[in-house]
Amino acid sequence: MAEGIKDKVAIIGMGCTKFGELWGKGAEDLMIDAFKEAIEDAGIEKKDIQAAWFGTHFEEHSVGKGATSLAMTLKLPFIPVTRTENFCATGSEALRGAAYAVAAGAYDIALALGVEKLKDTGYGGLPGGQNLMGTRFRLIGPNMTAPGAFAMMATRYLARYRLSPDEGKMMLARVSAKSHHNGVLNPKAHLRREVTEEQIMNAPIIAWPLGLFDCCGVSDGSAAAIVTKADIARKFRPDPVYIKALQIAVSSGEEMMYSNWDGTHVESGYRAGIKAYEEAGVKNPRQEISMAEVHDCFSITEAVTMEDLQFSPRGRVKEDIAAGRFGLDGEQPIQTDGGLKCFGHPIGASGLRMMYEMYKQLQGKAGERQVKNPRFGVTHNMGGFPAMNVVSMFIVGL
Amino acid sequence: MIGIKSYGAYIPRYRIDRNVIYSAMGWLNPAIYMAGEKAVANWDEDSISMAVAAAIDCLNGMERGKIDGLYLATTTPPYMLRQNSGIVAGALDLRSEIRTADFAGSTKSGTSGLLSALDAIKGGGAGNVLTCASDCRTSKPGSAQEHLYGDGAAALLLGNEGVIATLEGHCSVSYDFPDRWRASDERFEHAWEDRFIRDEGYGRFMIEAMSGLLKKYNLTIKDFAKVVYPCLYPREHAAIARRLGAEPGQIQDSMLPTVGDTGSASPLMMLVAALEEARPGDKILVASFGSGSDALFFQVTEGIGEARAGRAVKKHLASKKGLPSYERYLAFRNIIPMEMGMRGEETATTSMSLLFRDRKMVLSLCGSKCKRCGTPQYPYQRVCVNPDCGSVDEMEYYRFSGKKGTLFTYTGDNLAASTDPPAIYGLIDFEGGGRFWFDLTDCDLEAVKVDMPVEMTFRRKYMDEARGVHGYFWKATPIRA
Repeated sequence: MAEGIKDKVAIIGMGCTKFGELWGKGAEDLMIDAFKEAIEDAGIEKKDIQAAWFGTHFEEHSVGKGATSLAMTLKLPFIPVTRTENFCATGSEALRGAAYAVAAGAYDIALALGVEKLKDTGYGGLPGGQNLMGTRFRLIGPNMTAPGAFAMMATRYLARYRLSPDEGKMMLARVSAKSHHNGVLNPKAHLRREVTEEQIMNAPIIAWPLGLFDCCGVSDGSAAAIVTKADIARKFRPDPVYIKALQIAVSSGEEMMYSNWDGTHVESGYRAGIKAYEEAGVKNPRQEISMAEVHDCFSITEAVTMEDLQFSPRGRVKEDIAAGRFGLDGEQPIQTDGGLKCFGHPIGASGLRMMYEMYKQLQGKAGERQVKNPRFGVTHNMGGFPAMNVVSMFIVGL
Repeated sequence: MIGIKSYGAYIPRYRIDRNVIYSAMGWLNPAIYMAGEKAVANWDEDSISMAVAAAIDCLNGMERGKIDGLYLATTTPPYMLRQNSGIVAGALDLRSEIRTADFAGSTKSGTSGLLSALDAIKGGGAGNVLTCASDCRTSKPGSAQEHLYGDGAAALLLGNEGVIATLEGHCSVSYDFPDRWRASDERFEHAWEDRFIRDEGYGRFMIEAMSGLLKKYNLTIKDFAKVVYPCLYPREHAAIARRLGAEPGQIQDSMLPTVGDTGSASPLMMLVAALEEARPGDKILVASFGSGSDALFFQVTEGIGEARAGRAVKKHLASKKGLPSYERYLAFRNIIPMEMGMRGEETATTSMSLLFRDRKMVLSLCGSKCKRCGTPQYPYQRVCVNPDCGSVDEMEYYRFSGKKGTLFTYTGDNLAASTDPPAIYGLIDFEGGGRFWFDLTDCDLEAVKVDMPVEMTFRRKYMDEARGVHGYFWKATPIRA
């Protein structure tokens, strides 16, 4: 049995830019802004960083391939820098690379930085990318977008649990309304406006049954983390945040090509959750996980993730949502920073942005959004589509 | 005995009322008016896709390994270089050891293909030849052709045993008749005066071919249960019958008021309609028109009772949906430039070497079936997807195109760039196993339901105009009535 990296790695500094339609900033500006905040927060200098991992997904729309853009932008002095990419879980992969490196003892201090400049494409939504899933898929895959891929999960969820379109859309509207409420309180969020359930339900349809407010924003942004070995973390600050679990799971193809997937959950999310709870020693996630930043690219994704991560029983998340369980004042606050819903989803940055919120919450620095005495925070970063994906999951605590 | 073993047809789901066309364009030339409706190919259909649909209707589950040739007749071949019949043969998952050929250049190409197939069988070069005729003609807005031409296809399986109608004779005439022409780099055709076409064409040499056949075989028109010939002019259509001495009841409906003239497919579609009503012993005379005329004489056998009943013409005719908008019709035919958004302007290259390597997967919709656990899977996998199996390289090809399926889930996507938004797609569970994502077509979002039964249809998936690529693949569609 592999022993995992529980309590071997600590985060000692983080940075996160404001997310938004940052017409005046390029990816390089965003990298520098996130990096500056992170090293200042960690109280270190650039020369202390021994290795870096760099997450960006749509390289063709901003910085290009490879890791040189990070090294050359920050003028990192000939240290090892690696680019990671794993669909929308790209940012978490950067942190995973850095965390594994210090856990292995290869380096003392490593940087993880993710960035995406999405607003240079000229149109709304994520870039199309007909070869996103390979050149063969371009010949045989449907004319699919991200909202449509996730909408299919909503369609099946409604059918399986016999929810009328109105009931289903109300359940989902409450998910988005809650996140919008949190986003208002967060100066770094892109969308900072209360949105009512009625507005959400009546918004134009993007991909049936998902409407405009069921979809997360599309933004530019960057976030960064400085990690070090747990045993030296307190030399840098009194309140380092420790990685209690780091797990990822990737689809085997069963969901898309075999007929055993029910279409109403994300199997990789469920599996990553089980492994992460085991690594962290969490027996009852519904009770023990204080808060989470999950991959709410769409309202339905957050809803089924509550079930995948065992915060709600299968098919019963609707009741927990209606009861306000996941609100800022609820028993298990989710998307305390506003989530992808309000930050938008600059792919390479999102996983690190999620961690930024958990880090600040654990340190008691989340201001108006502060969760009372959090013990374990979760980041759940999903890439791909419900039928074919990667889910990365961190559990962090003091 | 050489003749027809099986028949099939295809008429697209959409029909446009000619009044809709007239309301839009009648101001340009008020004299152009026709009653009725015409069949309109969906935006993702063309001569190739409709030929495949007619062929599937004709084969109707028949063993494909026994087909020795595939001919495609069309005046609207999507490719000028890259054999269109080869694409049809690929979609049908026919063997590679077969003869394929395109017949083009004239609306009589359907009967040219038919005669060539019959000759090949007669000469011993082939046992069974599938002949398809298909046309999807684009006409200038405001033209007479816009009213006249409809879209459709027919397919006939020809062979030398188990025939439902024997070929008893034929007679052809060939003229360089310049009634209509279109140069190789032109999109729209030109036409000479209708009176010339009527009198010198239909009125003269189509009758010459039919009369020649009667004389050659010492027959009279009264010997025929049905006389099948197309004609763009309804009045002339009836006049030809009178001149031949045929009674109105002997004349096969031209389908001008219901489908429109389908070019090379017209005489074959009419023949299919005639065969649907035929009884043993019936003699059928078929003639085509265009650069001359081919007249063929078939005699229906006792086998007609066991003809494999697909949808043919009758059921396809009845299964329809009105296309209420002329503008949508123009968009379907790519006649007006549409704002597809920047997302729609992005077109990735098609890797032709990949397409060739994966032709069984892409064109024939073949996946694999695990020899160990029996799990069908798409696309073709070398490692079995069944988590309890996982066998490696124990696969055999498994064709999904003929399988029915159920719609596991779906969406209607307004963000995806589409000629006919929303783009509807979903996950299909196939009968007998196998699941994959597919676009849906020929359906309306309101009528799509989880778990509804679907079937597969071969369609043009995309067009890369800059690189001249018509990309084809399979889509799911609610099972057509």
